[in-house]
Amino acid sequence: MASVVPLKEKKLMDVKLGELPSWILMRDFTPKGIAGAFQRDYYRYYNKYVNVKKGGVAGISMVLAAYVLFNYCPCYKELKHERLRKYH
Amino acid sequence: MNENLFTSFTSPTMMGLPIVTLIILFPSMLFPSPGRLINNRLTSIQQWLIQLTSKQMMLIHNHKGQTWTLMLMSLIMFIGSTNLLGLLPHSFTPTTQLSMNLGMAIPLWAGTVAMGLRTKTKASLAHFLPQGTPFPLIPMLVIIESISLLIQPMALAVRLTANITAGHLLIHLIGGATLALINISAITALITFIILTLLTVLEFAVALIQAYVFTLLVSLYLHDNT
Repeated sequence: MASVVPLKEKKLMDVKLGELPSWILMRDFTPKGIAGAFQRDYYRYYNKYVNVKKGGVAGISMVLAAYVLFNYCPCYKELKHERLRKYH
Repeated sequence: MNENLFTSFTSPTMMGLPIVTLIILFPSMLFPSPGRLINNRLTSIQQWLIQLTSKQMMLIHNHKGQTWTLMLMSLIMFIGSTNLLGLLPHSFTPTTQLSMNLGMAIPLWAGTVAMGLRTKTKASLAHFLPQGTPFPLIPMLVIIESISLLIQPMALAVRLTANITAGHLLIHLIGGATLALINISAITALITFIILTLLTVLEFAVALIQAYVFTLLVSLYLHDNT
């Protein structure tokens, strides 16, 4: 399965299933690489939903909803006991 | 029930890792920096609000005091956004921790006092004695004024902590009471729910007002000392 385009430059959607392990291992896992990934994701979200001419409330409310869900995780242990069950 | 009330104010950890730093840094993500002349809607609204607030707050100062504009504006933005984000369900509010509020209040207050003592020593020391006091009262009044000066940072920090913590606690308690009352009597639960709604509206106001008060008092101390 020799690819015409070298494996390094393909995006995730173009990688074939058999090539997936080598693609994952090839990614940049240094702190600078991870920081670069976060920065790219931030700008992708920002330019799609906020930095537009007629941005609405959806751009920031999705961030706030994700923040609420993110804060649910540390509280789960205490909130487990408050479910409406007969036996806890 | 007892343990349940205080667990929402503990430092949040996820799988053993403290994520409180991430939560303190999160509000900065909601304020994108304006890069252009005409920005997107979010940035324009924030720009307008900051200009309104800074004009209202910094007009009373002279040139030397106006160098503190950046500090005071970032202070009010931080406290306001942190308090408002704390009203979302399950979220952790860093300003409920006395340690953080002391860390904000003491350096700022000490900065204004140090600036006053360095640049205008006589005038800042003269604040210890109000005008027109009778002669025998002077020693006692100097002691009282110096105590009131030393208590200013403590009052700043404790005021913010107590107000936000009390608001969160009230919401927890009344929400729990509403849930418990639903099975007993629906009308009482409805009344309690209305109280809860009014309280939440109050909490929104308190979040903003506390930020404003903190910043205003720091600016007042600054005005005294420049």
